[in-house]
Amino acid sequence: MAAGFKTAEPLEYHRRFLKENCRPDGRELGEFRPTTLNINSINTANGSAMVKVGNTTVICGLKAELTMPPSDAPSKGYIVPNVDLPPLCSSRFRPGPPGEQAQAASQFIADVIESSDLVNMEELCIEKAKLCWVLYCDIMCLDYDGNLLDTCIIALLAALKNAQLPEVTINKDTDLAEVDMKKKKHLKINRHPVGSSFAVFDDTITIVDPTAEEESLSTALLTVVTDEEDRLCAVHKPGGTSLSAEKLQHCINRAVTRHTEINKLLNKVMDSMKTSK
Amino acid sequence: MEFDKSCPVLREYGNEQSLLSRPDGSSTFVQGDTSVLAGVYGPAEVKVSKEIYDRATVEVLVQPKTGLPSVRERAREQCVRETCEAALLLTLHPRSSLTLILQVIHDDGSLLSCCLNAACMALMDAGLPMSYLFCGVTCAITKEGQIITDPTTRQEKESRALFTFAIDSVEHNVLMSTTKGSFSVKELQQCIAISHKASEQIFQFYRDSVKRRYSKIK
Repeated sequence: MAAGFKTAEPLEYHRRFLKENCRPDGRELGEFRPTTLNINSINTANGSAMVKVGNTTVICGLKAELTMPPSDAPSKGYIVPNVDLPPLCSSRFRPGPPGEQAQAASQFIADVIESSDLVNMEELCIEKAKLCWVLYCDIMCLDYDGNLLDTCIIALLAALKNAQLPEVTINKDTDLAEVDMKKKKHLKINRHPVGSSFAVFDDTITIVDPTAEEESLSTALLTVVTDEEDRLCAVHKPGGTSLSAEKLQHCINRAVTRHTEINKLLNKVMDSMKTSK
Repeated sequence: MEFDKSCPVLREYGNEQSLLSRPDGSSTFVQGDTSVLAGVYGPAEVKVSKEIYDRATVEVLVQPKTGLPSVRERAREQCVRETCEAALLLTLHPRSSLTLILQVIHDDGSLLSCCLNAACMALMDAGLPMSYLFCGVTCAITKEGQIITDPTTRQEKESRALFTFAIDSVEHNVLMSTTKGSFSVKELQQCIAISHKASEQIFQFYRDSVKRRYSKIK
């Protein structure tokens, strides 16, 4: 009977739960879904990570290639993120060129990388104006159940942390690059940005980590990305109903606590990798 | 441009409505050297795959000055589209489409806020019912920590953080927020307060320009 009511009046169904300060899946309004992280699953990639936040599953593969640095930044390498939402992950995505959501997510991830100063781009440069690393980060969603942006950021961060780049030297005589696959180095990660997404219902209630149906019924979405020093790297609210200053502050506080949780998870996984070796 | 709490400095802005003959509503918005031309078609027929049974479907296209629209334009389109969807009374036109096309004429900084202002004026010109008006304001924090509003391209490049907000005209809350660079919570709140003041100037400008236009029509 509840299933019938849910199909006929989804908004009313959710409102009944929100009135009791809980959600249909039993979570509190400020509770995140269980997050699991698995790294180094793709052997052919330089770094990889798979993250599950509840049902939302995202995998990130990192490939490093050698290229000439761009002419406007000759001593810097660059990172190219690409978020792919294939028809596999949800029936709302059709095959063909990337839709608006995928492209907007790719742009958001690129902005977060730049804003948070995640990796020192000068470190990716091997020789000024001649050779640099370009890191292609392909983030693919395998199961879409809401909260895509947070999951993508965690996957990207974990993949960058466990990426190993071989040492490259330029042979002075032949002027060619020589790659030494035996000597591998980890990337130096400056900051650890972690995102927290919120959905606003009926202009009044804010919930954390929305599922796909909660996202489609919400009136506004907000993503806050924080880093270690409690500085904000992004406050992304692409429209929707307005948000008052106190609610925004409340969301930022929740994002800061989420940052410590995810940081602990990342450290635990990285340490377990070291001990298993 | 100094940080003056009492009066945020905006570049000289100008606006013209109803300049194109084919769209249902059109407007151009100029902020300093940044200029955007907006055209609105709607309510019109919508493709069956895109129709929503109880609301209008809003489509936004941002055309850059040169080249084809890229991923950056898609992110801007998402911001403008969701802001318009919140402001427009979509349930009055179910199974219809409202198409908003924004053509960048010149980009000298604060492009997204100029797009939002042009979009709002074009929607007004088309006569589409809205529950509130919105305006776009861009703030930048310089390397020295000063907050400037309506930065030029050079100021944006030299800034430490860049914020674009869409503010509504009724409750003056933040409708849309996009940021670049890292900043503290206090800086965010200061920028929101300054954008709030700047938005009052822009809403007054909307009122004056519409009043002037309709006082000429006999």
